[in-house]
Amino acid sequence: MAQTATQNQQTTGINVEFDVELRKVFKVFNGEIVVRGIDLSIRRGEFFSILGPSGCGKTTTLRLIAGFETPTAGDVLIRGQSMLNVPPYRRPANTVFQNYALFSHLTVWENVAFGLRIKKRGKAEVQERVKEALKLVKMEGFAKRFPAQLSGGQQQRVALARALVNRPTVVLLDEPLGALDLKLRKEMQVELSNLHQELGVTFVLVTHDQEEALSLSDRIAVMVDGKVEQMGSPSQIYDRPQTPFVADFIGDTNLFRGRIEGAHPTMLWVITDKGLKMKVQPANDTNGLPLTSGAVVVSVRPEKVNVGFSPPDGSLNCFEGRLKHVMYLGTHVHYVVQLLSGDQITVRQPNALNVPTGDTPVYLHWGADDCLALPE
Amino acid sequence: MQAPSKSPLRISWQALFSVLMFGFMYLPILVLGFYSFNQSPNSAQWGGFTLSWYVKFFNDSRILSALSDSLTVAFCAVGISAIIGTLMAVGLARYRFPGKQLYQGASYLPLIIPDIAIAVSTLVFLAVIAVPLSLWTIVAAHTVFCLSYVAFVVSTRLVNLNPHLEEAAQDLGATPYQSLVRVLLPELMPAIVSGCLLAFVLSMDDFLIASFTAGGGATTLPMEIFSRIRTSVKPDINALSVVLMVASGAVALIAETIRYRSEKKRLQ
Repeated sequence: MAQTATQNQQTTGINVEFDVELRKVFKVFNGEIVVRGIDLSIRRGEFFSILGPSGCGKTTTLRLIAGFETPTAGDVLIRGQSMLNVPPYRRPANTVFQNYALFSHLTVWENVAFGLRIKKRGKAEVQERVKEALKLVKMEGFAKRFPAQLSGGQQQRVALARALVNRPTVVLLDEPLGALDLKLRKEMQVELSNLHQELGVTFVLVTHDQEEALSLSDRIAVMVDGKVEQMGSPSQIYDRPQTPFVADFIGDTNLFRGRIEGAHPTMLWVITDKGLKMKVQPANDTNGLPLTSGAVVVSVRPEKVNVGFSPPDGSLNCFEGRLKHVMYLGTHVHYVVQLLSGDQITVRQPNALNVPTGDTPVYLHWGADDCLALPE
Repeated sequence: MQAPSKSPLRISWQALFSVLMFGFMYLPILVLGFYSFNQSPNSAQWGGFTLSWYVKFFNDSRILSALSDSLTVAFCAVGISAIIGTLMAVGLARYRFPGKQLYQGASYLPLIIPDIAIAVSTLVFLAVIAVPLSLWTIVAAHTVFCLSYVAFVVSTRLVNLNPHLEEAAQDLGATPYQSLVRVLLPELMPAIVSGCLLAFVLSMDDFLIASFTAGGGATTLPMEIFSRIRTSVKPDINALSVVLMVASGAVALIAETIRYRSEKKRLQ
């Protein structure tokens, strides 16, 4: 079995059945390497997201699974069977396309029935399954309409029904909510999650929206430049990022460049380029070995920083600064603080009664557990 | 100062200009139509209303045989063009191959090349390969430009089509052939039909290419009309022209209606 260094630890040693596996998959377009040796194992019934900025190769990866692209090297497996010589129309995977790609000459009902009719299912079975699928996405009342007569959200539901009606092993979703407005997107996220729980089918979602990936997924693979940067559960990705890119891409963070001054099994001392001395929890390098020396980037999440107006008792990870901006956001407050060293730090605190004004001297501090040293 | 849109002078100038323009464009046709109902065989004077000229040419065996030749040419050329033109447009839009740009440019050339050049070159070419002129050489020559029109109209529709439609069909289990027949062709059908109707009208209209490539006693309707008016314009030719115009107009109207209704269905 292809194991990566980033493999979720709780799976090792346990015999889990995989619905989709990519083994050292490469894809080259016109001399440009779009996918560079991806290893993925997606478990049965999992909601798996591939998250990354545009152009990172995530859509190509999905198309490799669907069969619209053939890998330049490596292997794609569905339920343990190699798909290298299997055309898209014989793969047990169905795709929900970015712009839905509904057939505009067919009604909603005919769109959903398309897959079953191609497979020459009996009339009664087609009737029953299409009705069931439309009910699942709450579109029973629209069966006779044409796609052009539907709103974006409704077209999205039809596209989902058209994929689900075939009862595929895996449902591939290519930025399915990208074209919807924010409110509708939130609604559809909840529905996607409900559908996934109800059906227990494996979902593979491609998205650039980190919030969407965090809220929906069982596991996330963060992709950049055609490689999987990190793979894990949403909390692992958010709380234990393994690279500065992941820390920065998922949520907000404050990054400090520096080097390791002292290493202990339980903690690291880091001096930043601007001269701040920090106690940081230890981290592993890209090979999984503990970091002991060299250049690192320290990541501190804005919500982990405490703000005080008088010097705290201890001096551990405590820095004085001036309040530059205060952004009142209702549920919480954003502070932008300029440290005496010159670094600028964003702090996020729950809504407080008396919000301080600008240029107030403040003291920021955070625990050693609240920041991470990442290999440069 | 008054708002310009409220000035009555300005509106009347626009109206006058429009009337003059439409008069310039359509008055000759109206005159033609008017004289087709003229009882007097002499075009210059009005001799009372009659439909006899219409009856006369419907009984004229030469005109009817010319009409049948024209229809044969148009149906054959358009039929061949519909198939090849659609496949050409799909191939050019969907596949990448060396020399594609050149092919694309060359395929639309007949739209720009003057008819006389197509006519002469086809004639010379047929002479070189020693093919005797007949009705079928007209069909071949007409296919050249009909093909371009069909391909042009279909490719315009293809550009606006979601590029993932065939992938969606294949994703749902359709083989490449099934996805072409059950998804792509139905999606393109309005464009194919309106392209064919356009090509049909142009083929029925053509005099120049047909007269160069006709042989073996084949005579199309425009050729027949032209040979008759060389002596004098008879009212029955007026009547025939009116019928041709009405028929062409009807075909164009059908093409436009099909296109409009399909767009409406898609973009509602």
